[in-house]
Formats: sequence, structure tokens, C-alpha cells
Amino acid sequence: MPEPYDPLQPGEKEVIAPTGQGGPMDLALEEAQSLEKTLEPAGPGPQEKARSLWSDAWHQLRRNPVFVISLLLILFLVVISIWPQLIASGDPLQCDLSKSQQGSEPGHPFGFDTQGCDVYTRTVYGAQASITVGICATVGAALLGSLLGGLAGFFGGWWDAVLSRVADIFFGIPVILGGLVLLSVVTSTTVWPVVGFIVLLGWPQIARIARGSVITAKQNDYVQAARALGAGNGRMLLRHVAPNAIAPVIVVATIALGTYISLEATLSFLGVGLRPPTVSWGIDISNAASQIRNAPHMLLWPAGALSITVLAFIMLGDAVRDALDPKLR
Amino acid sequence: MLLEVRDLHVEFKTRDGVAKAVNGVNYSVDAGQTLAVLGESGSGKSVTAQAVMGILDMPPGRIAGGEILFKGADLLKMKEEERRKIRGADMAMIFQDALSSLNPVLSVGAQLGEMFEVHRGMSRKDARGKAVELMDRVKIPAAKERVGDYPHQFSGGMRQRIMIAMALALEPSLIIADEPTTALDVTVQAQVMDLLAELQRELNMGLILITHDLGVVADVADKIAVMYAGRIVEAAPVHDIYRSPAHPYTRGLLDSIPRLDQKGQELYAIKGLPPNLLAIPSGCAFNPRCPMARAVCRTDVPPLYEVTESPAPRTSACHFWKECLHA
Amino acid sequence: MGRYVIRRLLQMIPVFIGSTFLIFLMVYALGDPVAALFGDKAPDPATAARIRKDLYLDQPLWKQYLHYMGQIFQGDFGTAFNGQPVTELMASAFPVTLRLTIVAILIEIVVGITLGVVSGLRRGQLVDTSLLVLTLVVISVPVFVTGYVLQFLLGVKWGWVRPTVSSDAPFNELILPGVVLALVSLAYVTRLSRTSIAENVKADYVRTAVAKGLPRRRVITRHLLRNSLIPVVTFIGTDIGALMGGAIITERIFNIHGVGYQLYQGILRNNAPTVVGFVTILVIVFLLANLLVDLLYAVLDPRIRYA
Repeated sequence: MPEPYDPLQPGEKEVIAPTGQGGPMDLALEEAQSLEKTLEPAGPGPQEKARSLWSDAWHQLRRNPVFVISLLLILFLVVISIWPQLIASGDPLQCDLSKSQQGSEPGHPFGFDTQGCDVYTRTVYGAQASITVGICATVGAALLGSLLGGLAGFFGGWWDAVLSRVADIFFGIPVILGGLVLLSVVTSTTVWPVVGFIVLLGWPQIARIARGSVITAKQNDYVQAARALGAGNGRMLLRHVAPNAIAPVIVVATIALGTYISLEATLSFLGVGLRPPTVSWGIDISNAASQIRNAPHMLLWPAGALSITVLAFIMLGDAVRDALDPKLR
Repeated sequence: MLLEVRDLHVEFKTRDGVAKAVNGVNYSVDAGQTLAVLGESGSGKSVTAQAVMGILDMPPGRIAGGEILFKGADLLKMKEEERRKIRGADMAMIFQDALSSLNPVLSVGAQLGEMFEVHRGMSRKDARGKAVELMDRVKIPAAKERVGDYPHQFSGGMRQRIMIAMALALEPSLIIADEPTTALDVTVQAQVMDLLAELQRELNMGLILITHDLGVVADVADKIAVMYAGRIVEAAPVHDIYRSPAHPYTRGLLDSIPRLDQKGQELYAIKGLPPNLLAIPSGCAFNPRCPMARAVCRTDVPPLYEVTESPAPRTSACHFWKECLHA
Repeated sequence: MGRYVIRRLLQMIPVFIGSTFLIFLMVYALGDPVAALFGDKAPDPATAARIRKDLYLDQPLWKQYLHYMGQIFQGDFGTAFNGQPVTELMASAFPVTLRLTIVAILIEIVVGITLGVVSGLRRGQLVDTSLLVLTLVVISVPVFVTGYVLQFLLGVKWGWVRPTVSSDAPFNELILPGVVLALVSLAYVTRLSRTSIAENVKADYVRTAVAKGLPRRRVITRHLLRNSLIPVVTFIGTDIGALMGGAIITERIFNIHGVGYQLYQGILRNNAPTVVGFVTILVIVFLLANLLVDLLYAVLDPRIRYA
């Protein structure tokens, strides 16, 4: 007789739900699904498996130029977002209208924007907002998502059903649209509304991954054995399930960090993300876009910085995923 | 001779070096004959078969030398298009796991009929009729009703019958069966094996049966080739081997079959592990595990000795085959 | 099969209610639709109260929602900021965005799958590695940057295409915007089909197909592709809804008067009926696209059909 087989059954595989901008946030999901499938082949024991998986991955990563380059790039970005003065001596808000849209000159290698501000200084200072939003939003979404998703996967039942439907609802709302509606009423010039919004729409994606990998980990023989031996829920979750479920979440979170930075820029571009006087690549790109015919340099630098930052995080996540995924070698 | 493999060498490029999977294999099969190839996993028995079929993954695989003569012509010298026309039509293969070897999204009728469409240029409708005939032939009940069903709707034994039907579709002169019953329940194993043997007799095909199950071999094989670390260590008519093996590895294999008259005694097992193909031991590859090993075994690769006692041709790759034979 | 469809349809109901209610909540709870009607002028309190009553705004939120949904199912989507019925805006905007989406999806299918298959079959080779890096770069550069740059280069500097789209938005003018809209999804389709092909090419049934003596082309098209495309079809299907909702940026760059443009206007002017109406339709499109994917899934994979 036919085996009951339904790939859409909860826990088996969910349809990839786009997050609305036809875009970046889906990458993580796609990657994680393939990861989830391939992390299953298990070594002998729980501790042993976790250790060899990670040390094996680390061994491979150290020799992967993509990983090393993106890691160095990210470190650099983090450092200059904390101490932008290290490489930029000027003040991003001090502008000279008489230099509006002028090209590069000594001391001002990237030229000036419409307001006459130094593009180089603004590009350097722009890292701060992007990195802050990216890291805070990712940490928030990852904590909330893995907590809710992990619990749903571990306990199952109605809690799982409710969570899955709630996640579906959030997937049903196009991201940019939600951002426009929610953030257009905000007047704060800090990064927090944007962070909050990204966490709000980002957690279901992480939750889905966490849930899936917890279910997978839970079905492993040694976890079943631990349960048979009378291990309590708390101990099981912490000692046996969590260490094995955490890899996909980390990978997805890394890739998501890149896409969140891109999302922040997109929202700022539309005028509902960060607001002046916060220095943001998205705002600068938005200002430069309308002037592209007169002064393309204004667009080039912040856009380049933004793209490289996003690329660095996505490549890092990609490299980590490859390392954790023995099947793809 | 229907098929003759001469001094075949196959290598695989891996991250850690070149793995020598097949190192100078010789064997032959005639029409109507059954050759059983025995060996542990990694002994090169499946790789040799894949090289014969021409379905090795290249790269990482590479045929480093030798000849494969099929009806007198060297397959390795043929153009891919010529080989393709032989594959499936005049030489077919049965795989171990029928569930994964059949395409999950095509009906079994379509997969069987495809053979006739591609090799015989039949219309889809005629090919479908042929598919029903084939399913009848391998004794699948209600073939006509089930021809549109998908592989997952059949039981394991029925799926393996479909694999057999697919291999037999164009009545090839050679069939290679790679562990055809390993994935099946013990009760079904015998049925499938009997069916295969019966069809072989009927069509007078050559059959290469790859297995690690000595029980299956005794019933159906005419001759046996035992492989170890990519070489044939002993080749002989089936009864000679069971009576008196001429290689310590064969002896070890035979001794490790559980027997009822030894109930209560400890089971024999060959000590050690199969060799690492990246670093095959020098001399005789079996020497680290061999109870009879001496100094010469660690230095000199044993040639294939003619074991002359039997009227049928018989060879052993052991320096001390005589000792082994009379032990 | 029938039960399968019914189950999927039932699962959609809570999602539909949840998403629309959430948007309804955001729009009505956060903004003041009456104040928006009057723009900068302060409305006369009596008039404001009357409008409030007419629009059910004095009722609790869930009643407002029910009332609104009731009207929507009678085809009444309310009035836009310029006095036009929202349905009229929809009638002009949706066909434009639909055309744009069709162009984008076609590009995704043709280019994305082709590239994915090529790179999946040549895994580890130069073509594959360069394509992989390229897709990551495409994903990393924000759409609005690619959009403006392509518009500037192709439309203004080299003059190959019209930089903006005229109000009829015929297909030929939508090619560049379609590329921009499709670009990121295109990269996903490429990666997804590559992974899928590379995984399936090692499958036992592909080896069987080769052992059957089938020509390489037939092995790929009939055996490999059909199995590998199942996840890709899923992605493209769900992407239909996402592209329509995500066209805001593309439509802004190329001045296309489609759904994204109308929504943006609606949000800027705080016009609740426009926003909620358009979003409701988008959610329905999204859910229908999901259903379509599920059905297509069942067609492509018989193991689901008989579950």
C-alpha cells in the first residue's frame, strides 16, 4: 500500500513563503531547508557529533578564503562603526553648500553631496547605523524566533499549531508594505523603531527553522534513548536537542543579518526607516538617486559600501553553511 | 566468450588522494552462465560492474587501464553513442534498492515502456502494451491495472520485479545484478532470486551476480570470483570453492557463515578491517588480516596461481594456496 | 486529492483573517482616517463625528473590521483620497502590475532555471563558481540601487530603452522594470535549481536512466529536470504574490502607475480604504498563488497525490 507521504505536513517541509519584497529574506530560508535536511546524518553520540561537526567545520572554514575575507571585512566594519574617527577625521553633519555635488578633491576623495557634505565621511559614518540595526535586529529575531520555534518544535501539539499559523500570518504580509504602514507614523529618529519592526517581521522565519531542526534533532535515536532513560524535558532540551538544533539557526541568522541591513536601507530609501540627522546609507542613496544624472559619485560610494556589507554577511553565512553541510562538498 | 574483463584498473580522485578501487581484475562470463562476484563493501565488485556498464561517475572515477571485451569488441574503445545503444538493450543492470532506483515521479509503465520507445522506436501506446507484457512476465498480479501506478505504490518485492522486468525488457545477452535481493525481506529474497534464475535460463543470458551473501551464491552460480581490495583473489567453479577454498580470505568468508551444527560455539569473524583504498598494504593486500601471513606476503604481490587440481580452470592469488587448499 | 485541496483551503482562512486584520489594525489604529480626509484643515467636530459614524469608526475595532469585510465581499472597497472609488483605482492599477509581474516571472523561469541547470550540471567548475558568486552579488545589491543604475545606464546614457514607463504600460516598456523586479528572485531561482539539480544528479534513478541507455538529453529532461524542479516551482509560485507586493520600489523608480504606486500614495496620504483594500487583494493573490503551488506540487509529485 502507498506510504502516507505529505511534504507539506508540518515538520516535514513548509512551502517557502516569500517575505514580500521578493527578496533577500528568502535566501536564508532556502539555505536553511537544505541544511536541515543534510544535518541529519549523525555521528555516534550527541557530544561527539556536536564536537566533530563544529571542529570539522572550523577546520574547513579556516582554509576557505571566502570565509576569511568576509570575516575580516565584517570585523573591519564593526570596528569602524564603533570608532569611525579612526579613518575619517571630518564631521558627517558639517557641510558646505558651496561645494554642492562637487567631485573629489584633496582630503575629500569621494567628493561632496547635494548638501555639500563630504561623501567619504558620510559613507564611513553610515556603517554605524547599518551595523547597529543589523546586529540588534538579528539578535532580537534570533532569540525570539528560536525560543518560540524551539518550544513549538519540542512540545508540539496546540502550541505548535498556533505558532505555525501565526507565522503564516506574518509571512502573508509583504515586508515593505508593513514597513510603510507601521513606520510612517513613527517620529523617532533613533534606530529602535526600525529594529523593532524587523524583529517583528523577522522572528517567524527563524522560528520556522528552529522548529524544524528541533523536530529533526528530537527524532534522533540517542534523544529517544535519553527520553527512554527518563531524562526530564529541561535536561533533554538543553543537553541533547539544543546543541544539535543550533547550527541551522546560526547560519540563517548570519545570512539574515545581511538581508536586514539591506531591508533597513530599503526602508530608509522609502523615507520610513532611519531619519536625518542619523547618517544612513539608505538615506544618502535615496538623496543621490534623483541626482544620478548630475553626480553619479554620490550614489556610487554609499551604494557600494552597503552592497559590500550585505555581501560580506551573506558570504559568511554561505561559507558556514557549506562547512556544516558535509553532503555538499 | 560473451564478456571478458582483462586487467581492469579503476581509480577515484578524492580529497585525500587517489583511491585505487580496481587493480587488475580479470573475469569472464559466457551465455547462459552465472558468475558470482563476492566481496566486502569496498572490494571493487560494484565499481567493476559499473565500469562494464559504462555508468561510472567520471570524474571522480577514471579507468586507468585494461580492456572490457563484449562479444569480442572492446567497450572502452567505443564512442559513447555506440556504448549507449548497447546499454539497456544488449547489457542491462539490476540495482540493489529498487525504490530509489526507480524514478518516483514517473509511472512504472512509462519507465518500462521507455526502453522500447528509445531503443526500438515504438510509439508510446505500443510501448505501454509491451510494459504490461513485461509485468506479466515477472509475475506482477493485475499488471494491466497497475501499469499506471507509481513505484511507491508497490511493495519491495514487486518493485524489484519491476527492476528485473526493466532489465529484461529488450532481452539483453548480459545482465548484471548488483545485490538484487539485499534490500528485501528474507522470504521475498528467494522468490526474486528464483525468478531471476528462471528468466536467465529461458533467455540463455549471461548473468553477473554481485553479492556478499554466500548462501545465495551456492544455489544459482556456476563460478565464483572473490574480490579483495580491487583484485580477484580466487576464482573457481562454485563447488570447488565450497569444498576447499584456495585462499585464506575465501576460507575466512566461508567460516564466518553461521551453521546450525556449530550452535553454541563462537562465530568466526575475519579479524581487522577492509583495507584503506588510498593506502593498500604492500605485498598481498590481505596480509595484515591473514592468519597464514609470512614475511614474503608483506613484500611480494602474489601472482595468480593456476590451481591445477580441478578439471575446470581455477586460480588463487595466495603464495601458500597449496597449504590453504589442504588445511 | 479533493481532501487535500479542501484541507489547504481551510488552512488559508485563519491566515487570510489574521493578515487582513493585522493590516486593518495597523492602518486604523495608528492613523486617523478622518483627519486625513481634511488634510491640514481641522475638521468641524460635528462633521467629524458624523463621518465617524458613517464610517463605523465609533464602533469597536473588531466590529469595524467585520463591517469592512462585509462591504468588501459586496464589492464596495470605499473611496480613495481623490474621491474615486477604490475599485476604480484597482481596475487601473492591477492590470499594470500583473503585466509587470508576468514579465518578471517569465524572466525568472527562463533565465533562472537555465542558469541553475547549467551550473548544477557543472558543479565545481568555473561556470558554476562564477555564477554562484554572481548570484550572491545580485542578492547583495539593493533593488533600488540596481534599478536606478540600470535606468541611468540603459535609459539615459545609452538610450536603449525608455527610462520611464508611459501610463498604458505596454509589455515592451516593462522589460527593463521586469528585469529589475525579477533580479533578486532570479538569483534565488538559479541557486535553488542548481542545488536541486546537483543533488538529484547523484540520485539512483538517474543512474538507472543512464544504465537504460537513454540519450543524455532524455536523461536530463525527462528524469532529472522533472524531479529537480519541484522545489523551484514552489518558489516561483509563491513569488507571484511577493512580486506584486514588492513592486513598490520598482514602480517608484520607473514611474509605473501600478499597485505599488497606488499603495504608496495611499500610505502617504493616510487613506485607509486604499491601503486596506489593496492589501486585502494582495493577500488573496498571495494565498491563491500558494494554493496553486500546492496543486502543481501534487501534479508534479505523485507521492502527494495519493496521500
